[in-house]
Amino acid sequence: MKRFALQSLRGSAQSLLGVRSGEFRVHEFYTSLLRALGKFGSNLFNKLFVSPTNIFDPRSAPAHEIFRLSMFTLIVTGAIFITVSGLLLYAIIRYRQRPGEDADQEPPQIYGSNQIELAWTVIPILIVVVLFLSTVRVIFSIQHAAEPRQALDVQVIGHRFWWEFHYPKYGVVTANELHVPVSSDPKSPLPTYLQLATADVDHSFWVPRLTGKTDLMAGQVNNMWIQPEVAGLYLGQCSQFCGAEHARMLLRVYAESPEDFQKWIAQQQRNAVDDPDASAGRAVFEQNVCINCHLVKGTVANGRFGPDLTHLMSRDTIASGTMPNTRDNLEKWIKNPDAYKPGCLMPSMQLSDQDVNRIVSYLVTLR
Amino acid sequence: MADSIHLSGIIDLTPEDKHPRLWLEVMHEWIVTTDHKKIGLMYIAASMMFLVIGGIEVLLMRIQLAVPESTFLAPEQYNQLFTLHGTTMIFFVAMTIEFGFANYMVPLMIGARDMAFPRLNAFSFWIYLFGASLLYYSILGGKGVYGGSGIPDVGWFAYAPLTEKAFSAGNGSDYWALAIFISGIGSIGTALNIIVTTICMRCKGMKLSRMPLFAWLMLVTSVMVVAAIPPLSAAQIMLLIDRYLGGHFFDAQAGGSAVIWAHFFWIFGHPEVYILVMPAFGFMNEIVPVFSRKVIFGYPAMVAASVGIAFISFTVWAHHMFTVGMEPVANTVFVISTMTIAIPTGIKIFNWLATIWGGKIRFTVPMLFCIAFLFQFTLAGLTGIMLGVAPFDWQLHNSAFVVAHFHYVIVGGILFALFGAFYYWFPKMTGRMMSRTLGKWHFWLFVLGFHLTFDFMHIPGLLGMPREVYTYEPGHHWEIWNMIVTIGAFVQAVAIIIFVYNLVRSQFTGKLAGNDPWDAWTLEWATTSPPPNYNFASEPMVRSRRPLWDLKHPEDPDWKYEFDAENEMATK
Repeated sequence: MKRFALQSLRGSAQSLLGVRSGEFRVHEFYTSLLRALGKFGSNLFNKLFVSPTNIFDPRSAPAHEIFRLSMFTLIVTGAIFITVSGLLLYAIIRYRQRPGEDADQEPPQIYGSNQIELAWTVIPILIVVVLFLSTVRVIFSIQHAAEPRQALDVQVIGHRFWWEFHYPKYGVVTANELHVPVSSDPKSPLPTYLQLATADVDHSFWVPRLTGKTDLMAGQVNNMWIQPEVAGLYLGQCSQFCGAEHARMLLRVYAESPEDFQKWIAQQQRNAVDDPDASAGRAVFEQNVCINCHLVKGTVANGRFGPDLTHLMSRDTIASGTMPNTRDNLEKWIKNPDAYKPGCLMPSMQLSDQDVNRIVSYLVTLR
Repeated sequence: MADSIHLSGIIDLTPEDKHPRLWLEVMHEWIVTTDHKKIGLMYIAASMMFLVIGGIEVLLMRIQLAVPESTFLAPEQYNQLFTLHGTTMIFFVAMTIEFGFANYMVPLMIGARDMAFPRLNAFSFWIYLFGASLLYYSILGGKGVYGGSGIPDVGWFAYAPLTEKAFSAGNGSDYWALAIFISGIGSIGTALNIIVTTICMRCKGMKLSRMPLFAWLMLVTSVMVVAAIPPLSAAQIMLLIDRYLGGHFFDAQAGGSAVIWAHFFWIFGHPEVYILVMPAFGFMNEIVPVFSRKVIFGYPAMVAASVGIAFISFTVWAHHMFTVGMEPVANTVFVISTMTIAIPTGIKIFNWLATIWGGKIRFTVPMLFCIAFLFQFTLAGLTGIMLGVAPFDWQLHNSAFVVAHFHYVIVGGILFALFGAFYYWFPKMTGRMMSRTLGKWHFWLFVLGFHLTFDFMHIPGLLGMPREVYTYEPGHHWEIWNMIVTIGAFVQAVAIIIFVYNLVRSQFTGKLAGNDPWDAWTLEWATTSPPPNYNFASEPMVRSRRPLWDLKHPEDPDWKYEFDAENEMATK
């Protein structure tokens, strides 16, 4: 009996322990479930809202200012919406006609009230004044920002359907991929001032995380500035309809440390590489009308209608961000640009496969 | 009470000639008619046709955008579709369908026998139909000698210099300019007609201060049309001079200005938004009180707010141009004018709220649409404030957010109010009720589709997606939102099919309506449904804003409370 009792005691203790460890496991299960849910939630959030072009994820001084004003506006308008729709909802539920009521009995007729109407005129006026003042402050602080001496100037020229960038101080010309220095020290900011012009129709320069957009208007020069604080690649695109390939007029802004930026400038200032191995391709290139539109510094190719190809291979993409800059893609692109960017202005030159191959062999030497 | 209302004698009971007629005779009757009701119905029918066409265009566009890198449409096709869609919906649907209701209802509401100029009325309608057809003739018409697009592909605001010969070689821009110019003549004609009708043709006792609010809103709208269309027409003529007579108004390379086009267009374009929304306010002003069983709250404030909006709307145009490089002072001026317009608009929303407050709301189908309008229009107005905050607009301008915003106004506001108007006045126009069951299906499906589409369309805009792009790269997390938007568009299409089916079916088998199915208060409900030719056998006489209320409640008539000199004399 005694032994049995001991055994059962041990058994119950074990079961007790078992339960306890079970509870422990349950607890663990819940925490891991919560963790998984949290992970799922953040994954979902990342999947839904995190974007390389999110306007609410600023990385540049003017974008930060716009972001703060935007949040303030959202809070004000959100509060107005909740108040008004709350009142509406209440009125609709509270004052619905109920089944038992006498349908013929009309409710009291109220023709108006000067006091109430005055109140809901004055309160919105006060809100408008507050919103207006905070808006004006940001307009002036961005549009009237004095250009510091050390700022970089870049001329941006919009074309159908690509971007041309001039660095007048350095004598550098490039296309579609803008390189600017990072401004990491708040005490001596290093902004980039862009002078925007267009060669044909209106375009608009928009890289959401750097600042709001400014249009490139035919017949005038517009100005904007950016000041990225973190190195990295910032995406954007043309946001003023400009014709068939408006959708594939993409923008890439590379923010680099000042040292990397100077290295890039030095590299871009050099004449084109003259690789004797590619002379056959160069000959085909220079004997065709390619040179009417494209420029390769130090050669006879001095066209201005298309992107500068002097340092083509220093760029990550071709056709204004349409595809990665690989040998394969260059070949496909030259054979038939219309297949990848229908409506673009570069024609297919109807070259033989051999000639295309030669040209590409030449182009890939243009580092 | 010797001078109380004489309404009993105004119904014309002459039986209509019912002998069977040839189809050709019927056609002839409609084509030569100068009857404001027939012209109104033709306006509505033609606009409905273009609504369906514009709807099909947008479904094609939404299929294209549902997934990234789609090749369903070629870029040119997509660009043509959004140009046709925008132009059609603004000029040939929204504006004209409201003219249709105005044509039908304004003379009835003010106790007139027809519009002031019946022949001008017919002319205006046919010239509109001709202009609208001209736009679609571009599909069949020649491409032009340069192999350019024959169909307009420059966007509905057609920014120069894209429309110049150098960049728009085909005839597309010509069709765009001429179609709108010609139908604009019709708009001005109808607007003049409405102005003169409301000012000169009101029945005995109907002072301007007793005119139903819908008639008031149409008067204000018409004044705006007369002031706003000419700048657009002028710009279109200048464009055609550029294109064919060697002018350089907008040709920047020859010293013209691209910004000038934008100014011209938006001096028209922003009042246009209010031209579209004012009649919708008018529908609300008629429908909300009837189904809340209460008089409109603050009638004078409503009129004042409408006139205020009309004035201010001519001072805000450059808020479409915050990104064209204006000086900060100019930006500031347009920020303040844009925000100011929120104040009278707010007054309207609050007055509708106060009208509902303390009422006995009947959830009929028209009222459902009006209630949805209240929520949606409030939200659309608030996203409008965001866009009026210029720096915020530098981010949002020309993004999907803007597209979502103005569709919230035009669909969530104007189209919802229009559907309300359809369900409300269909019994008057045809003598039969529309099906309530189908109406509720239409309402709930449309609400679902609308919110799927336009709520979620804001998000890709915030994530950097521009408008008027025929495709987009994956990797920006725009994909999921665009897919939802496309699904919503198709849900809306289903709702529209139900609506059209309901219209057609109710025309033949709907329950008979009688003169006054909603127990309403304005004069159109005093005559038969549909009203006879020339509406009223004798001229009605009114003493207040709600003549039928006075008739139904002789113990407590409105004129006791609407103080003006004449009524004060009477109560003494």
